[in-house]
Amino acid sequence: MANTLSNSGSDSLLEPAATRQADPQDKKRRTFLTDIGLLAAGVAAAIVTVPAIAFLLGLRKSPTNWRSLGRVEDYKVGETVEVSFADPSPLPWSGVTAKTAAWLRRKDQQEFVAFSIYCTHLGCPVRWIATANLFMCPCHGGVFYADGSVASGPPLKPLVTYPVRVNQGLVEIQTSPVPITTG
Amino acid sequence: MRFLKRLWAWFDDITGTSSALGPPLMHPVPKARKSRWFYVLGSATLAAFLVQVVTGIALSSSYVTGSGQAYDSLRFISSVPLGRILRGMHYYGSTAMIILIGLHAIRVYLMAAYKYPRQVNWLSGVVLLLGTLLMAFTGQILRWDQGGFWTAVVAAEQAGRTPFIGNWLGHFILAGASPGGATLSRFFAAHVFFIPAVLFTFIAVHLYLVVHNGISEPPKAGQPVDPRTYKRWYHALMKREGVPFWPDAAWRDLFFGCLVVLAIFLLAVIVGPPEIGKPPDPTIIQASPRPDWYFLWYFALLALIPNWSETIVIVAVPLIFIIFLISLPLVAGKGERSPIRRPWSIVLVIFLVATIGYYWHQGMTAPWSPHMDAPPLPESVVGVSSGPIADGAKIFYDKGCEFCHLVSGYGGIRGPDLSDAGDRMTRAEMVTRIYSGAANMPSYSNNLKPDELNALLAFLQSRHRAYKYKISPPPIAQR
Repeated sequence: MANTLSNSGSDSLLEPAATRQADPQDKKRRTFLTDIGLLAAGVAAAIVTVPAIAFLLGLRKSPTNWRSLGRVEDYKVGETVEVSFADPSPLPWSGVTAKTAAWLRRKDQQEFVAFSIYCTHLGCPVRWIATANLFMCPCHGGVFYADGSVASGPPLKPLVTYPVRVNQGLVEIQTSPVPITTG
Repeated sequence: MRFLKRLWAWFDDITGTSSALGPPLMHPVPKARKSRWFYVLGSATLAAFLVQVVTGIALSSSYVTGSGQAYDSLRFISSVPLGRILRGMHYYGSTAMIILIGLHAIRVYLMAAYKYPRQVNWLSGVVLLLGTLLMAFTGQILRWDQGGFWTAVVAAEQAGRTPFIGNWLGHFILAGASPGGATLSRFFAAHVFFIPAVLFTFIAVHLYLVVHNGISEPPKAGQPVDPRTYKRWYHALMKREGVPFWPDAAWRDLFFGCLVVLAIFLLAVIVGPPEIGKPPDPTIIQASPRPDWYFLWYFALLALIPNWSETIVIVAVPLIFIIFLISLPLVAGKGERSPIRRPWSIVLVIFLVATIGYYWHQGMTAPWSPHMDAPPLPESVVGVSSGPIADGAKIFYDKGCEFCHLVSGYGGIRGPDLSDAGDRMTRAEMVTRIYSGAANMPSYSNNLKPDELNALLAFLQSRHRAYKYKISPPPIAQR
């Protein structure tokens, strides 16, 4: 039964339908339909992809805000310690990654300086070695002096500093984007 | 039985299955006598890819794509026996895919199978190769432990070296100002949807073209490809001595693919998946990010090239690699295929494999990384327990000298071994070096009090060759 219904052997429908190419009116109509079809597909594609790509490319603007690091008295003059605070724009699901860190040094009674933990070479976290008075990076061996300037190794730029202020007896640090060392 | 046969006839009639699948399966392929086993590398890559698809889907059913929870969800997956095996299979599957796609590309390059009419076969393969590398890279980040977290940061920093758009690109990769809530979702979307969609598409293109152009015959020296005659010649060859792909060649693909899958499974069961490191907490400074093995050589390359060339290398090396891959079939689309007549292709492959192998080996020992967890020198090495030499040994440790300099097996290997410094350098030379530093050594001129310097010098001058071999190696394993 099946065989009588099918054109077994040559049941391909992939051969073009016969068209009356000779008729100029027909040809014009088909050109028009082609244009309409392609235009419709293009419009549909744009409606879908433009918002999707714009959403993907759009970066959330990160607000700069001051975060408290505790009381001034909690820090000893001359000491450099790691401080952690919430990053510029934490999301509810960020978990531990909402935190960010910096190296904070109390220079004197009122003045503080904060260094980014991101090595200016490729972003690995630098460690403050108090006894050596140096910042050292474990990845490629970049070393920075106590003032953040490059001491040796691959980094070409000094450690980035964050603005710090003392406000009503509290040390406050200004959140900043991750410093990206550009070429 | 008869019923099944009739059912199949009915199904085949209304779906055209055998007429659609029959010709591609039975298409003639070259006999490829001696080199026939070289032809299984592509299908083996596909087998590894299918392992990735299946294990990846299974893993994603328990993985939580949240920066705060991904780590814990992976720990959960690893704590379940089957979850551990699946993670292992996904890891060794990616390892297999990288190795096999690399070997497949080398095979096709050496046999010049990218020449007419198979240029687009090669180009679609280039997309698959780059996509596979991207999958390996993004996959490591999805582990979202400390290593994964810092890999994302390092990726953003590397992208930052791109001229003009570097800063934007770096923050685009992080999906914001800093790595956090949005970063992981971005890499997840790339790893699970975007790149796989590209891979599926181009695998289809690649396979279609393999059937459309036929599998390349093993090259013969003195038999160059001439676009005017090649197709006719190839068709005649296939008519004369071609064998049906199924089962004459396909059994080899399936057999080797099965071995690959078996190896992936056994490695997953016996060796297990890579350990999950510390949590992705940016405030844990005690981190030494290392890429997984596939990019370890690149990590080493960046550490060992001169500092000034770094930005050029970060941007130019991937670019030159991609331009080479794309232009190859377009520039050299005809002529000799045999590697014997293309000696430069052999030189290039040996050079590439040797370079990657060398840097890979360097990456495993990472001689440029300071050993920041090296223990202080024990008394057995120092030789005395008090006095200037002992004080100097303490300063040698406190000031970070030991992180980079080896003394009797203790310390780092970034700087010269100082086990016999007393034999090699005068006191004056030591002072000069300590004060002025070097390209990879900080200057200690403002960092040492006179008595500290004297103690340090006393210690260094007491280092003699005799010590170097007398003392047993340190108890801790060197990284």
